[in-house]
Amino acid sequence: MSNFAAVVFDGVVYSSWLFLMAAGLTLIYGVMRILNIAHGSLYALGAYTAASLGGAWIAAGYAPAGSFAMLALAVLLVGAVMGPLIERGLLKWMYGKDEIVLLLVTYAVFLILEDAIKLVWGVESKLFSEPYALPGNFAIGALVYPVYNLVLIAVAVVTGLALSWALYYTRQGKLLLAVIHDREMSAAMGINVDRVYLATFTLGAMLAGLGGALTAPMIAVSPGIGVEVIVLSFAVVVVGGLGSLGGAALGALMVGLARSVAVRYWPEGELFIIYFVMALVLIARPKGLFSAPEARKI
Amino acid sequence: MNRIIHAALLACACVLAAGAALAQQPLRIGVVTFLSGPAAGPFGVPARNGFELVAEMTNAGQVPAPHNTKGFGGRPIELVIIDEAGGPQKQVAEFRNLAQRVDVVIGYISSGDCLAIAPVAEELRKLTVLFDCGTPRIFEDATYKYVFRTGPSGTMDNVSAALYALERNPNIRSIAGINQNYAWGQDSWTDFEAAMKALKPGIEVKTSQMTKLFAGQFGAEISTLLSSGADLVHSSFWGGDLEGLVLQGAPRGLFQKHLVVLSAGEPAINRLGARIPDGTIIGARGPFGPFAPDNDLNRWFKNAFQERYALPPNYAAYKATNALLGLKAAYEKAQKAGAATPNQDQIIAAFENLSFDGVGGQVRMALGKGHQAVMDNAIGTAKTVGGQLTIVDLKRYPAERVNPPEGLKSEAWIKSGLKK
Repeated sequence: MSNFAAVVFDGVVYSSWLFLMAAGLTLIYGVMRILNIAHGSLYALGAYTAASLGGAWIAAGYAPAGSFAMLALAVLLVGAVMGPLIERGLLKWMYGKDEIVLLLVTYAVFLILEDAIKLVWGVESKLFSEPYALPGNFAIGALVYPVYNLVLIAVAVVTGLALSWALYYTRQGKLLLAVIHDREMSAAMGINVDRVYLATFTLGAMLAGLGGALTAPMIAVSPGIGVEVIVLSFAVVVVGGLGSLGGAALGALMVGLARSVAVRYWPEGELFIIYFVMALVLIARPKGLFSAPEARKI
Repeated sequence: MNRIIHAALLACACVLAAGAALAQQPLRIGVVTFLSGPAAGPFGVPARNGFELVAEMTNAGQVPAPHNTKGFGGRPIELVIIDEAGGPQKQVAEFRNLAQRVDVVIGYISSGDCLAIAPVAEELRKLTVLFDCGTPRIFEDATYKYVFRTGPSGTMDNVSAALYALERNPNIRSIAGINQNYAWGQDSWTDFEAAMKALKPGIEVKTSQMTKLFAGQFGAEISTLLSSGADLVHSSFWGGDLEGLVLQGAPRGLFQKHLVVLSAGEPAINRLGARIPDGTIIGARGPFGPFAPDNDLNRWFKNAFQERYALPPNYAAYKATNALLGLKAAYEKAQKAGAATPNQDQIIAAFENLSFDGVGGQVRMALGKGHQAVMDNAIGTAKTVGGQLTIVDLKRYPAERVNPPEGLKSEAWIKSGLKK
């Protein structure tokens, strides 16, 4: 029983991490119809910024608990600086072009940011593990887990709920949903689509930064971490349906649990299982589990 | 008549002058190492630093004996450094370009790159010295004239680890593995598993986790290892994956509950320090870093590297240095055989079956028909003393004990019970 509980818990932890990444990706696609490949770099930037700020905090001799505040600061910095910079500085001039062109533009941004990260932080990995060990451990049966895993799950759940509430129960969210449904009609009805785009991209960047900042204490932050993330997030978003927040949550849960089961009972299949789940879903529902019906335009 | 004699003397003088000029022309050495990507930090950049430092000191004649001549037998050397990132296909294209610009190529950390480059070097007839990649398949599956490898193959890492683990813990009854799912990780686990089974028949394999390269997160894998009940966990992880495994595994008791073997763990010593739990068995892919013997060459290299880069050299830097020193030794041996400015064939003839003093001890080109190096190996256990990680219970194995004899493949040799 404890083995099964451990498999489920490992799956949920991994799903939480996946969801934080996929939520930003799907939100940006839903509103802006941009498959943002640079999302991986924004994740990496979040991780590097968190490691640098947190490392400086610890090195200065401040209370280790304060390093959690550095994680939050990293998220804000990445979102507030990189979001508007990329959206206003580049993407704004590309709207109206084909989706493939926009994808290539974000791919170019991804390549530039990957090299910029190397220029700023070098090729050595950065370690910032204090927040991971700080909250202590708990046990599921005979297995010990860091409490930090619970923090990750809690942040993912709160983020998901907050996004849902903001989308469906606030005026701004409803405006955003209107833009997702039909941007031309929304613009005609007086919604400032330009501003919605800026807010959405900034929020998406912040979510990528959040994923990176929360991951930094668990890993060696090193060049190339963004590549892996964008591939996995894309798989999750495709399973859930491009542009669907609920789909991203369900997709993350399916992929995370499937991977956890494979690692335990079929390690040889671990590499393959994520894409197997994706293939199965796409066979049954080619546009993903929660793809929104497209507005019919006359 | 006098005019004829004068003309002949002038011609002779010109020929001699041309020879002297050639001897003074720098030997151009193409160096290929990771300058970007995840392998740059732990291996590529330390290796580049080793190449640059030793090339500079070689040209200045500042390397201790027996490598204390200036340059290669008086001829200065010049490095042309390129990035190894991009995968084997890209590297083959880069090699074809590089081969036209340099006299010799030294390079390659990735086993995949080495396997792709070796046949191309042969096709282009370009002397190529592989310095780091570990796969034993290079010289076990083919014979090369133009390719040498001055670093030992990965076989001895895992054979040494198995010998060491069982000598110190004879009651090990079961093992598990967590390795990266590509040639290096798969070969390492195959060798380690086979060596453990050969040395202790009946040993049980509980689980073999093969993770995606640079996955970074190993929560589910660590849970599986912790639940497996294995006495020993083997990993050939390197770079960010290795650091991630230690960071995530240590708080969960992975290193307390199991005897953990990190067969390529040495580069993480400088990075993780006391975060590596006591009792972890650590290998360095040879007698390098803290495992290197205390001699003049090693002291010189450690001090010079530390002084220049404010970090101790790791095994990648050691292996880079050995490649340069091996080539220098071959060049100077060819000179002693009568060629003032040896050509490529003369260097190759001198390189085959060469023995030379490297920074980790003696290197003997004893396998692969004189093209593949063997060295003694050393392995030890991590112990933090006064906040500093140290290596204790260091054990050295003679090269013959941990490498197959000439003509026998590693896998067959291990399965035969490591017979001498």
